[in-house]
Amino acid sequence: MEFPDELKYTEEHEWVLVEDGVVSVGITDFAQDSLGDVVFVELPEVGTVLEVGKPFGVVESVKAVSDVYAPVSGEVIEINEELQDMPELINTSPYEDGWMLKIKLADNVELEDLMDADDYQNFVEEEE
Amino acid sequence: MLKKTPLNAVHKAARARMVDFGGWEMPVQYRGVIEEHLAVRHAAGLFDVSHMGEIKVSGPEALAFIQELTTNDASSLENGQVQYSALCYPHGGVVDDVTLYRFDAEHYLFCVNAANTDKDFAWMEEVLADGDFSGVLLHNVSDDFAQLALQGPAAEAILSRLTDRALTDIGYYRFHEGLVVGVPTIISRTGYTGEDGFELYFAPDSAEEVWKNLMDVGAEDGLVPVGLGARDTLRLEMKYALYGHELSNEITPLEAGLGWITKLDKPSFVGREALLKMKAAGVPRRLVGFAMTEPGIPRADYPVFVDGRQVGVVTSGTMSPSLRHGIGLALVETACAGIGTLLQIGIRSRKVGARIEKTPFVKK
Repeated sequence: MEFPDELKYTEEHEWVLVEDGVVSVGITDFAQDSLGDVVFVELPEVGTVLEVGKPFGVVESVKAVSDVYAPVSGEVIEINEELQDMPELINTSPYEDGWMLKIKLADNVELEDLMDADDYQNFVEEEE
Repeated sequence: MLKKTPLNAVHKAARARMVDFGGWEMPVQYRGVIEEHLAVRHAAGLFDVSHMGEIKVSGPEALAFIQELTTNDASSLENGQVQYSALCYPHGGVVDDVTLYRFDAEHYLFCVNAANTDKDFAWMEEVLADGDFSGVLLHNVSDDFAQLALQGPAAEAILSRLTDRALTDIGYYRFHEGLVVGVPTIISRTGYTGEDGFELYFAPDSAEEVWKNLMDVGAEDGLVPVGLGARDTLRLEMKYALYGHELSNEITPLEAGLGWITKLDKPSFVGREALLKMKAAGVPRRLVGFAMTEPGIPRADYPVFVDGRQVGVVTSGTMSPSLRHGIGLALVETACAGIGTLLQIGIRSRKVGARIEKTPFVKK
């Protein structure tokens, strides 16, 4: 199971990558492994304003529907259109091709609430 | 405390994901639901279904009792034959759907849904006490059996390597008693997947031996262990009912599309009066199969609309691994149950297009 160092993580098993005030978001390797085969992804439209901690979309496996929560507040500026036809990218490449959306970060302070890779790995190990 | 099948340790060693299913700790998947599903459609899969209940009925009037207890006509059964049937309450709601095995005129075995076993047994005792059946004995023998389902086009070839029984002699919904790797086994040509295959009943202390031998000799044919996740998607593609979804105390077999196992011309059975009345008045709801025409996956309890008006509810839904789009079953008003009817499924805040299709979804 991978926990890339350059990412930050939430307790809801999303990852974020911060680059120049833009935050890319996806679900972690642990999350995709727990879900199993991802078969459907529902994302907000570009322009939607997300509030930290609120559900922004869903990821569905064959068996279950799971909400995905906004790791930070801000406006959605891009979504991964490829997930519509290839939701399995979340399983095969959770940290790269399986990214879900990009958010224009509203408040840097929210990043301080996120875990780094070591903390998240510990968090996952406690959850298992 | 969850109940465990005799293969619990084997599943965990295979790194299966275990879940609570009706009070049993069961494998929901091993490698992945889609992979396991497709293996059953194209090669073979092995399922541990030891959680299923078994209830033995014996005695000179066993058949008379079973005729009163069940909706199907058990008098047509021959020795070595299996029948799909249902138990109803007097109001026509379903106690359980079952398979019935006839050994001889005085010995029968019911295979029942795991979570319903105690309820079914109590109900059978009640029906027995209310009637005039001399010398009928009921035994809950669920703990005496492990059960495996070997399903898929390669099932017969795989099983034939472990038994001397001529499997080609066992017809669909027939069973033989024979040895599998030396273990006395009920070899039943039945299943819940729509594929050819067998359900095997034998003593629990032989479960690991039978499982491991089957996995070993089946490897060359692509046999894989299959969890409850794929068991559900396989049965859904065939429109097979699952108790608690398509069947319940609130749903009659006529509504659930089980008129073919509801023999209203039998002189008597529990629920017959209510079902006759429902049939005469017109069955109000029908179970239909539908496919999504727009992106989305239907799930149990989602509302079903026609022209914006709610006409029913989804009973089961999934992404079909064979068809690669959303499919589901729904109970809808009879006037809206025709094949080709355009539906909308309420998925979260959206209404998503679907269409009633012929079933099974996957042609065999």
